[in-house]
Amino acid sequence: MKIAVCIKRVPDTEMRFAIAGDGKSLDQAGLKYDISDFDGYAVEVALRLTEKDGGEVAVICLGPDGVQETIRKAFSMGAARGVQLKADTVPFDGSAIAHALAAELRDGGYDLILFGRQSADAGNGTVGPMTAHLLGLPCVTAISHLELADGRGTAHRELEGSAESVEFPIPAVLTIDEGIARPRLPSLKGIMAAKKKTIDVRPAQLGEERLTVQSMALPPERAAGRIVGEGPDAVPELVRLLKTEAKVL
Amino acid sequence: MANVLVVAETRGGELRSVALEVVTAARKAADASGGGEVHALVFGAPGTGAAVQDSLGRHGADLVVAVESAGLEHYDAESLAATTAERLRSGGYRAGFFAASAQGRDLAPRVAAALGVSLASDVTALELSGDALVVQHPVYVGKAIATLRLTGTPALASIRPGAVTAAEAARTPRLETAPPASDPASSRVRVREMLARGDAKLDLGEAPVIVAGGRGLRAAENFRLVEELAAAFGNAAVGATRAVTDDGWRPATDQIGQTGRMVNPNLYVAVGISGAIQHLAGMRTSGTIVAINRDKDAPIFKLADYGIVGDLFEIVPRLTEEIRKARSGG
Ligand SMILES: Cc1cc2nc3c(=O)[nH]c(=O)nc-3n(C[C@H](O)[C@H](O)[C@H](O)COP(=O)(O)OP(=O)(O)OC[C@H]3O[C@@H](n4cnc5c(N)ncnc54)[C@H](O)[C@@H]3O)c2cc1C
Repeated sequence: MKIAVCIKRVPDTEMRFAIAGDGKSLDQAGLKYDISDFDGYAVEVALRLTEKDGGEVAVICLGPDGVQETIRKAFSMGAARGVQLKADTVPFDGSAIAHALAAELRDGGYDLILFGRQSADAGNGTVGPMTAHLLGLPCVTAISHLELADGRGTAHRELEGSAESVEFPIPAVLTIDEGIARPRLPSLKGIMAAKKKTIDVRPAQLGEERLTVQSMALPPERAAGRIVGEGPDAVPELVRLLKTEAKVL
Repeated sequence: MANVLVVAETRGGELRSVALEVVTAARKAADASGGGEVHALVFGAPGTGAAVQDSLGRHGADLVVAVESAGLEHYDAESLAATTAERLRSGGYRAGFFAASAQGRDLAPRVAAALGVSLASDVTALELSGDALVVQHPVYVGKAIATLRLTGTPALASIRPGAVTAAEAARTPRLETAPPASDPASSRVRVREMLARGDAKLDLGEAPVIVAGGRGLRAAENFRLVEELAAAFGNAAVGATRAVTDDGWRPATDQIGQTGRMVNPNLYVAVGISGAIQHLAGMRTSGTIVAINRDKDAPIFKLADYGIVGDLFEIVPRLTEEIRKARSGG
């Protein structure tokens, strides 16, 4: 089984954010980067499949040279190969990214191509299904369960109060939701091995960018809340406030 | 003058509330452009179009296009994408709107790719402005808001559930039927079965009130307290943190946050929840937030409008009682 996982490098969302002087990006001072959360799950899914049935995991990451660190993290988890699709910046437009990924993946002979359900930075969730369309492959998004047998797959998708089980042929593109597999921590052996692996670097063949960031702002601060009181005796006052002030009862 | 096409989502033959939100947004966009038409595309088993026509009209649809077939009883991504793309391609639409629901987030990017256009995903506000669609979209798990500019026609956007309030704009819509552009029987991805999920109470995305419990509840059976409080509100759904779903106290589908559901109810009651950034990412836009926690320094109190410090095992039963009283007019 040959599996490609498309991963993204994103700022660690636990950090305090500030908007940069250009008014449309994050202030880079002190930012730390890591693999996007759902993409980590996708790497884990790929590793488990190849550990069980044999095969190889390749990770593909688009962006400036900083993304090599993210590729090495996937190496240290157990990915065999890594490709950097080099671009000075990562476009916001998912279709521009999908274009570059499809160009890289088209003749790769992959049985499965995995993505995270959505990235932790742009949060669009569009690149996976767009890439699938460009490759002419079947696609199942946001899966929370996966089984493969005899060249076919079965996946579960959560649908807001309901869920479905779907069947699909391989090769296919899948986007991974939480709940399938928590990513493993890199092993020491993996970290050592990761240092020796080489990353293939190729220029990203980006598609046209039609969705661009005009400006970015921090969300409005919520008005400072208040502690109504301590213990159960504060409950009547809380209910009064919910009724007369917040008007939600 | 801009005509807007919307995909009006149904489930089990009925409109979902997000469908009316999307129609409302389309009506506003069409009116603001000088009075275009809103066309609503509905997929389902035979009879679906007639069943939802009035409701779509009341919210501003001028035309309901019903694509009906026994094979469309369940969502079929490939058939819906081909049909929606075909309609957008041939109908001369300025824009196409979807709900950013589980279904819409699956469908919209496929349609965009089929048309060779881009998509503004999961937007919380949108406006047609000259040759662009300008939208607001939360980024970095809600820690910043981006204003984005989308060019190209049709301009496609998916709208975050709850971001637009469904409003009436009475119309008497025409009803038209159309065949699917691709036969669901030939789709490569097939729904094998629908899986039961809980007892299908109110969905988290649609409930006006959410009572969410965290690790402070200490054990699965103690969620009874949370459920009783939700029942007292009458219109509440139960949510949970990842600490809780990880331990199997509640199903994974109850998880709210960065890697769970994004919700924005009118009232969010956080019980025994510390307020980790990943949890806040899923509920910070809620109307009013109440927190009950015994640690006065818990980060949830920074976000909460109202807080009570103390033992939830004493406070929640009392709150349940008081809410019951308040709702029965006492
Ligand atoms: C990549 C990633 C993604 C994540 N995604 C999510 C997500 O989607 N959703 C999510 O929720 N989390 C997510 N998490 C986990 C998150 O970081 C926190 O660990 C989690 O939200 C904590 O849950 P909690 O508040 O229930 O537990 P805790 O942090 O343990 O808090 C329990 C709280 O209960 C209070 N308490 C205890 N006993 C009582 C009592 N008797 N009365 C009153 N109060 C009491 C305590 O003071 C404490 O504040 C994610 C983490 C990572 C790394």
